[in-house]
Amino acid sequence: MEHIRTPKVEQVRLLQRRAGQRKPLLGTLYLSATHTIFVENHPETRRETWVLHSMVSGLERPPGGPTGSQLVLRCKDFRVFHLLFPLERDCVEVHASLTRLSRPESYSELYCLSINPNTNQEEREKSWSLVLPSQDYQRMGLPNNLWVATAANSEYKMCDSYPAQLFVSRWASPAVLMGSSRFRSRGRLPVLSYFHQDTLAAVCRCSQPLSGFSGRSEEDEQMVTAVMKANPGSDFIYVVDTRPRLNAMANRAAGKGYESEDHYGNIKLHFSGIDNIHVMRSSQQRILDVGEQRTPSMSDFLLGLENSGWLKHIKAVLDAGVFIAKAIADEGVSVLVHCSDGWDRTAQACSVASVLLEPYYRTMKGLMVLIEKDWVSFGHKFSHRYGHLDGDPREVSPVLDQFLEVLWQLAQQFPCAFQFNERFLLDLRTLAYSCQDGTFLGNSEKERRSLRLQERSFSVWSRLWRDREKYWNPLYRAEQSQTQGVLRPNTTPYCFKSQKSFTDWLRLCSPPGCGRVCIARLRRPPPRPRRPSWSSSWPINKAYNTQRHAPSI
Amino acid sequence: MEFAELIKTPRVDGVVLHRPFMPTVEGTLCLTGHHLILSSRQDNTEELWLLHSNIDSIEKRFLGSLGTIIVKCKDLRMIQLDIPGMEECLNIGSSIEALSTLDSVSLMYPYFYRPMFEVIEDGWNSFLPEDAFKDLEAMTDEWRLSEVNRDFRVCTTYPPLVAVPRDVDDDTLRKAAGFRHGGRFPVLSYYHKKNGMVMMRSGQPLTGTNGRRCKEDERLINATLRPGKRGYVIDTRTISVAQQAKARGGGFETEANYPQWRRIHKAIERSNVLQDSLVKLVEACNDQSHSMDRWLSKLEASNWQTHVKEILTTACLAAQCIDREGASVLVHGTEGTDSTLQVTSLAQIILDPACRTIQGFQGLVEREWLQAGHPFAQRCSMSAYSNSKPRHEAPGFLLFLDCVWQVLRQFPCSFQFTEQLLVLLFEHAYASQFGTFLGNSAAERVRLSLPEKTVSLWSWVNRPQEIDHLSNPLYEPNSLVIWPSVAPQSLLLWEGVFLRWNRSPRCQEEAHEEMVHIIEYNKELQNKVNSLRRQLAQLETQEPPLQTP
Repeated sequence: MEHIRTPKVEQVRLLQRRAGQRKPLLGTLYLSATHTIFVENHPETRRETWVLHSMVSGLERPPGGPTGSQLVLRCKDFRVFHLLFPLERDCVEVHASLTRLSRPESYSELYCLSINPNTNQEEREKSWSLVLPSQDYQRMGLPNNLWVATAANSEYKMCDSYPAQLFVSRWASPAVLMGSSRFRSRGRLPVLSYFHQDTLAAVCRCSQPLSGFSGRSEEDEQMVTAVMKANPGSDFIYVVDTRPRLNAMANRAAGKGYESEDHYGNIKLHFSGIDNIHVMRSSQQRILDVGEQRTPSMSDFLLGLENSGWLKHIKAVLDAGVFIAKAIADEGVSVLVHCSDGWDRTAQACSVASVLLEPYYRTMKGLMVLIEKDWVSFGHKFSHRYGHLDGDPREVSPVLDQFLEVLWQLAQQFPCAFQFNERFLLDLRTLAYSCQDGTFLGNSEKERRSLRLQERSFSVWSRLWRDREKYWNPLYRAEQSQTQGVLRPNTTPYCFKSQKSFTDWLRLCSPPGCGRVCIARLRRPPPRPRRPSWSSSWPINKAYNTQRHAPSI
Repeated sequence: MEFAELIKTPRVDGVVLHRPFMPTVEGTLCLTGHHLILSSRQDNTEELWLLHSNIDSIEKRFLGSLGTIIVKCKDLRMIQLDIPGMEECLNIGSSIEALSTLDSVSLMYPYFYRPMFEVIEDGWNSFLPEDAFKDLEAMTDEWRLSEVNRDFRVCTTYPPLVAVPRDVDDDTLRKAAGFRHGGRFPVLSYYHKKNGMVMMRSGQPLTGTNGRRCKEDERLINATLRPGKRGYVIDTRTISVAQQAKARGGGFETEANYPQWRRIHKAIERSNVLQDSLVKLVEACNDQSHSMDRWLSKLEASNWQTHVKEILTTACLAAQCIDREGASVLVHGTEGTDSTLQVTSLAQIILDPACRTIQGFQGLVEREWLQAGHPFAQRCSMSAYSNSKPRHEAPGFLLFLDCVWQVLRQFPCSFQFTEQLLVLLFEHAYASQFGTFLGNSAAERVRLSLPEKTVSLWSWVNRPQEIDHLSNPLYEPNSLVIWPSVAPQSLLLWEGVFLRWNRSPRCQEEAHEEMVHIIEYNKELQNKVNSLRRQLAQLETQEPPLQTP
């Protein structure tokens, strides 16, 4: 609370232009320890707007006018609020407070740790047991005679960004595990991510080898052979390096790189060409800029979309997943996936492949388990990527966003194959950024365990599961043909919905798509015909009459 | 019969047919006067019946003695025929080319087609102007039906009956016609019941370079204004195009002569530019080897989506003037037979809920396109694959359908019909067994005796089973004006037409079936609830409540 200098300001005007709002609301602004709250003065509606401090991504103070001082609040979910203060002093104070509040310096300042965890101890404990990676390994029939659990990392000594529970090939001895771990970037040795029970092929993951130009490790080569041996149906494995070939080669100069087909006799190397987090971050920024344009022409929009490269990256992620899924399902060949550190692109590629291969991951519970396993437990750096704390802005990148968008694109092609709807994906994204629960806090399982999060906060999954009614896709039928088996998406560029992408940038700057109306109608008995809520507020005057050559009406 | 001369090889055995998303079929290829037929002569394999008039162009390839003909259709489908024997292949190829480009209308298939279904209602009489006028009469007495064009002499492209202001006599109309391009004097297109405002359409005024004026024309359009009110002239051309038109005798309404009217210029492109866009777009859609960047830049370069946006924006503007500003509107471009009709018909989709029903939409197409003189025969004689240089071809009607699809997609519950009706109209405008889209105007249709000699498309569409097939399960009558978003990100590529043959429709069809299933199940449950309620009410009135001891 010590950061809040002015807890309440009256007569503030709030405008959310992107949501189609044209007239500002007049009301009172409150700052709490966790939220910025705006309450409209209007005695009948008293509309409230709540913004969690951790959702604020940027604050600007454009030059004020005669009516007061302006503050622009940008959120991680792409909402933009324009606030107008009658007094400059208030504006300065709120700006200073929010700047501090939106950039917490330690985890303990976060919302999820600001609640009292013991008011409902039983519920808290239950919330953490709802989704566990171990359930998923069990579901895959593990351990079995090919893949076994190892205790090598139970104290996080072998690899501090891996989970304690790991499944490895039965043919890998403890010495091989240790040796392989030493030869891999940050100790992330090849371990199992997904086991396909029909073909006995497996998706494994790791980080890049520390090979440089000619380095090799006998244990690591044995480790890769062990992965191959764990699949009785094939005499080689694919190594999918998800990076562009050039990037992988450049890494060799730094003593890292990729597996040489000469040293590892039983591999086929494949590069997927997914760009790094920095490219993705600037791509997202560029697409946001497209959405910021006031009245873009069709050409402005399409060229902006092309120049941002966003859909190209989405396609690259999906293509990587498709390659892995085909290898597993069609060829019955195991795949070892890595990028540089193996926690961003590798997580994307493995989880996309899993969703394509396994109908279970297309259910609500299944997707939760998948994210808990492939992302949370395998050390995707949530706190860094989604900017939970004030830190290096170059660590921030929309990695999970892209995975969720790939799912959205798939749901466009297979409308009956997913148990959840778009809302589920959107809320999942918001929760990853807002960190309202302990699940996504921190950067690894080790860190989370040392923070004793299970005792101090709730799991995000129980929140989503509680609201599952809201996330149901009415078209989902478990027994339908497109729901079952392997999904085989068409990845020709025109199959990507180019104009209305899943990510909020467009959803929020255009009127809500009426596709949603359609879904809503399926769930409820049809309401009275009514004007879509945005039609009256959508600025038709401006939108329709953008002529340049004649006097305007 | 004349066709026999054109058919050099009527029959070839052992031909293999490849179609998108269908198993290959081997069978016998037959050419008749109007169809290309391939049959495996087995019961359970589907036959191919393709109208020659649906063929846009063909491509021949040879590999040894095996010839391959790729048939590119006007509905954008491509099929491949593998024909053994070089001579047969060449003969078939040249026969198809000759038969698909017949000049004489009277040789067209609609003149030979006999319906295999029972005609319940003759479509030629379904949408008569006098019937439409009855509806108008019920709302207002300010308009009358004029017979000034009875014998198509005043305007060759107008129907015999047009609605005009009651107080304007036929002589004035004749004089105004002399002042408008193609004799297309301002006539009523739409009456907005809510506030009595109207939308009219016409050809451009023939002011020329020396600023000719015509008092009768001014009187005619001023007669539609309420005292003290102003109207809007929406010129679909940019101001510079309109200025250039003066040199060729055309022009626009000047402020000096039409002080009660405000003019707004928009930028809807015309014939050749549109045709060029269509060719580029279809080319982009058919190239599967693109990277994402190349696809997006080709989509952009085709400009198709820009046209959609511009047309829809102009229609919204017209609707906005009428509904929001409470003003009457006159729409025209140059001839008044293309962009003008796109705007007036789309504005009605936005404003008038009746146009969003199956029957109402047919009526709209009949009124605003067929009767209004859109030259279908000229515009739709070639599609995206044609090799010949376009003369009058332009996908104006397809663009209109695309715009309707955009609105339909944004308001999925407000239309009684599905996308299927739009696709069907696209197909039939380009090639059909029905006579509806033959000819360029009402006058031509009379001269060709189409109503007597051919079957109307509407006769076929308006049968219960077809209506059923085209009905939107989500439909719920919406009496409001629907304002579509014209932001670029709200306008999508119409997959149902442009990607129709490139991706399997199976998953989308399953989703549609599932939706229909859910809605039917809902209805069933609702009925059950209602009957249980009735039962309960009955029981309550029959038996006195039990006395508790």
